Amino acid sequence: MVTDTLIAEMPLTVNGAERRVAVGFTVADLLASLELDPRTVVIERNGTILRDRASLAMIQLAADDTIEIVHFVGGG
Amino acid sequence: MTHAELISPATLTDPQPLTIAGREFRSRLMVGTGKYASNSQMIEAIETSGAEVVTVAVRRVDLDRSKDEGILHHLDPDHFFLLANTAGCYNAADAIRYARLARAAGFNEWVKLEVIGDQQTLLPDTIGLLEATKALVGEGFKVLAYTNEDLVTALKLEDAGAVAVMPLASPIGSGLGMLNPYAIRTIKQRLSVPVIVDAGVGTASDACIVMEQGVDGILMNTGIAAAQDPVRMASAMKSGVEAGRNAYLAGRMPRREVAVPSSPTTGMLGS
Repeated sequence: MVTDTLIAEMPLTVNGAERRVAVGFTVADLLASLELDPRTVVIERNGTILRDRASLAMIQLAADDTIEIVHFVGGG
Repeated sequence: MTHAELISPATLTDPQPLTIAGREFRSRLMVGTGKYASNSQMIEAIETSGAEVVTVAVRRVDLDRSKDEGILHHLDPDHFFLLANTAGCYNAADAIRYARLARAAGFNEWVKLEVIGDQQTLLPDTIGLLEATKALVGEGFKVLAYTNEDLVTALKLEDAGAVAVMPLASPIGSGLGMLNPYAIRTIKQRLSVPVIVDAGVGTASDACIVMEQGVDGILMNTGIAAAQDPVRMASAMKSGVEAGRNAYLAGRMPRREVAVPSSPTTGMLGS
């Protein structure tokens, strides 16, 4: 049996769409893979806002997590 | 000193600058950041308006267009006071969620609270608004509540702890100007917290007439952004707000339905 990769992956829902990331990925890893600056976004994980940006590198994602990544846009 | 300098309006300072929740602001005009043709046009218009408070919305990052940067790449948060809104929320729970997300961005704990009740008119759901105001005030938010021009709702929002009440001049984005000056005046007269008219101002004369009612400020977005020349309209709105404020402070003459001559009636030739 041939596997595509040696790294085990897991599914997440990020901003409404499914994505697969490596098992052991942290929230900071996810942002880095999306080329997002943690200082310009706010993360909500399974309905809980991650208010402490310093902790993002310590928080490991779990399979089937629902992640929302938001930022400020133009509005009235 | 020239005559023009002696009578410059700049020497007539506002005796009572706009203060909300103990924080003083440099302008009574607040502006939104939506609907501009480009970010550079938005920045130029906002700079021209003289506004300090600028509103922003909270939305998902578009992950498929990673170069679509958020507004903070264009707007210096040290130069403006960012006021996040909960636009697009149709119930209290959603509005509370958006307010919490906005606060987590780390700028301040202020929110322009909108709970919309009707898609066609974008009129507020005042019951949901009151519920969300109570919850957010309990969490330490400074709530500026976007509401209709109903006095009783405005009083309840004040009682619930809103730091400012924001009655509409007319529906969001309509540009219809102030439809009910009596209601706006009444709200201003009865509330202790600042009254900021939000939505519906279409042109500079609208802004002026709103300020003449004695309200504390105006928030507008489409009136500037949807003008043919937004930067010039931003300048006009700035003047309109200042003119209206000065006219209010000056106290207008009474209206009469008979003419009163301005020139002497004596000393006419042949008399």
